[in-house]
Amino acid sequence: MFEMMILILDSTVRLSTPLLLACLAGLYSERSGIFDIGLEGKMLGAAFAAGAGAAVTGSAWLGLACGIVVSVALALLHGFASITNRGNQIVSGVAINFLAMGLTALLGQDWFRQGGQTPPLPVEARFTSLDWPFAEALRDVPVIGGLYSELLSGHNLLVYVAFLMVPFTWWALYRTRFGLRLRAVGENPAAVDTAGISVTWLRYRAVICTGILCGVAGAYLSTAQSASFIKDMTAGRGFIALAALIFAKWRPVPAMFACLLFGFLDAVAIRLQGQELPGIGEVPVQFFQALPYILTVVLLAGFIGRAIPPKAGGTAYVKERT
Amino acid sequence: MSAGHLPRWVDYGLMPLLNLAAAFLVSGLVVLLIGENPLEAVEILIWGSLGWNEGIGFTLFYATNFIFTGLAVAVAFHASLFNIGGEGQAYVGGLGVAIACLALDRFVPWWVTLPFAVLGAAAAGAAWAFVPAVLQARRGSHVVITTIMFNFIAASLMVYLLVNVMGKEGSMQPETRTFEAGGRLPLLQDVIPGLDFGTAPLNLSLILALLASFAVWALIWRTKLGYEIRTFGASPSAAVYAGISPVRITIITMMISGGLAGMMAINEIMGSQHRLLIEFVSGYGFVGIAVALMGRAHPVGIVFASILFGMLYQGGAELAFEKPSITRDMIVVIQGLVILFAGALEQMFRPALIRMFSFARTPATEAA
Repeated sequence: MFEMMILILDSTVRLSTPLLLACLAGLYSERSGIFDIGLEGKMLGAAFAAGAGAAVTGSAWLGLACGIVVSVALALLHGFASITNRGNQIVSGVAINFLAMGLTALLGQDWFRQGGQTPPLPVEARFTSLDWPFAEALRDVPVIGGLYSELLSGHNLLVYVAFLMVPFTWWALYRTRFGLRLRAVGENPAAVDTAGISVTWLRYRAVICTGILCGVAGAYLSTAQSASFIKDMTAGRGFIALAALIFAKWRPVPAMFACLLFGFLDAVAIRLQGQELPGIGEVPVQFFQALPYILTVVLLAGFIGRAIPPKAGGTAYVKERT
Repeated sequence: MSAGHLPRWVDYGLMPLLNLAAAFLVSGLVVLLIGENPLEAVEILIWGSLGWNEGIGFTLFYATNFIFTGLAVAVAFHASLFNIGGEGQAYVGGLGVAIACLALDRFVPWWVTLPFAVLGAAAAGAAWAFVPAVLQARRGSHVVITTIMFNFIAASLMVYLLVNVMGKEGSMQPETRTFEAGGRLPLLQDVIPGLDFGTAPLNLSLILALLASFAVWALIWRTKLGYEIRTFGASPSAAVYAGISPVRITIITMMISGGLAGMMAINEIMGSQHRLLIEFVSGYGFVGIAVALMGRAHPVGIVFASILFGMLYQGGAELAFEKPSITRDMIVVIQGLVILFAGALEQMFRPALIRMFSFARTPATEAA
């Protein structure tokens, strides 16, 4: 039983990582007042660029760089549309999702001719698991061995990066000048403007942060979790991350718990596939797949507290004229 | 006319054309990037979609889907609501169609089944839009987010139903049994003599779609409810002041929108597939957003935009056949670019146009 719990928690960590990265990515953008339903597209674009980059250069790090560049480029496109041109942020997000879906498949087929996949990566070109000191030695110690050697040790670098981004984001958001201004611009951009701070530049910096983190999330999918890019490999994770962000009420630490919860549901669903639960019978796997969305809707309905988005979210800022 | 305003024909004619041209220009660059000739690609695309009878049939068949999902998004637009859940509503609409067809197809002819199928599709689609509508109206949770969530819930629900409940016995395929003649809409070429669309599944749904377009026009611009919807969309506070209930308008508009999206399933399920199967919506709901944006939320514009997207779908399929390096994913890219330029970057050319037209007008006004 304990063994199985450790296994489920271990895969929970692995499955939560891309959600967490994308969720924190969305947090920067949405806290600054730019809604982003294009997390999915940015992740997909980054996953493709990272997979392709790592395959061509043979280096996971260069792959990661490619992923971040593509994701930031898409984020800047979103910024150009919704900040500079004051376009509809939802429409822009939909467009980015479409573009990423089409371009990754089209270019993937044209460049590699493997049905939209990128070539499988050798071990050197991937982020492989890091073993913590004494992990092997402690493996057989009861309880601690399972927790330390299985759960904490033996993940790849990007997993640790994702979880370290939680305190970092908290610090950046609540303990730095940038964070204070970021939160302010999402609530009341006019006040920020009055203080002589550029709303435009602040929001652009926020979407760049979003791009970087989505880039890491995408690279995790194609160069750490799997060994190549597969067509549509994000499979709705960007939207689950969005749901997690709402579930966490746009706060970094709750975001981590929301992502862990949704990752846990995913891990349990994989584990329970085709198995009978005592007293309940077989729970259809689709139920677990839908659960994150159902929970978020229930939250939005106001049954579990209340999720109030940043006040200025979704509206472009128009500077007052004389 | 003060500076910053453009003549109507520029606002409604020239600007959308410029946006579309930009989208196609970038699409051409993508084609160049993968080493093909864009002009040749355009030629294949136009010939494939309009150059032969079967091509026209497929173009109009796809256009039928887009008319329904485009109208769905447009109706919500008029109330300033963004229904991004057409995908899920159409999917669940398929359930309504299938239940009507499975129950009746062995006993009555198709024209008896049709009204029940329409009712089933609209009711199922409307029901799927109802919960997000209520949450927006009563709880203030944003309809964009809830309809996205409902798309995914619909996908899981339908897979569950098709695998565990409605699936054909003795088959592993997640689909229902094939409908008998009583659950199949006749093809247009079998009803109207002299037409020949080859193997294209163009069916009576096209007529239904055109009727729906007219009904939407009449609803929005010729009824009290339509007036209330537009008032609420233009200014919710003014609407409240005029005694219009925001809760009522939000819920009714979203249900009409969901119902229209649901009716897309009639074309696919009753008109073409003749069985309910997974993922039959395959993005039509999302493309409805592009159609509504391009058609400026007006039924006439939507019909034209739908035909354009129908051409893209059919011509794109031909293109993928003729030029294997341009896969069908190219259609998705073009759709993305159209949504980007006609939607999110809609106002990109406005400052330049304003400068151009105010410059052209100033001497004339002074002379007068």
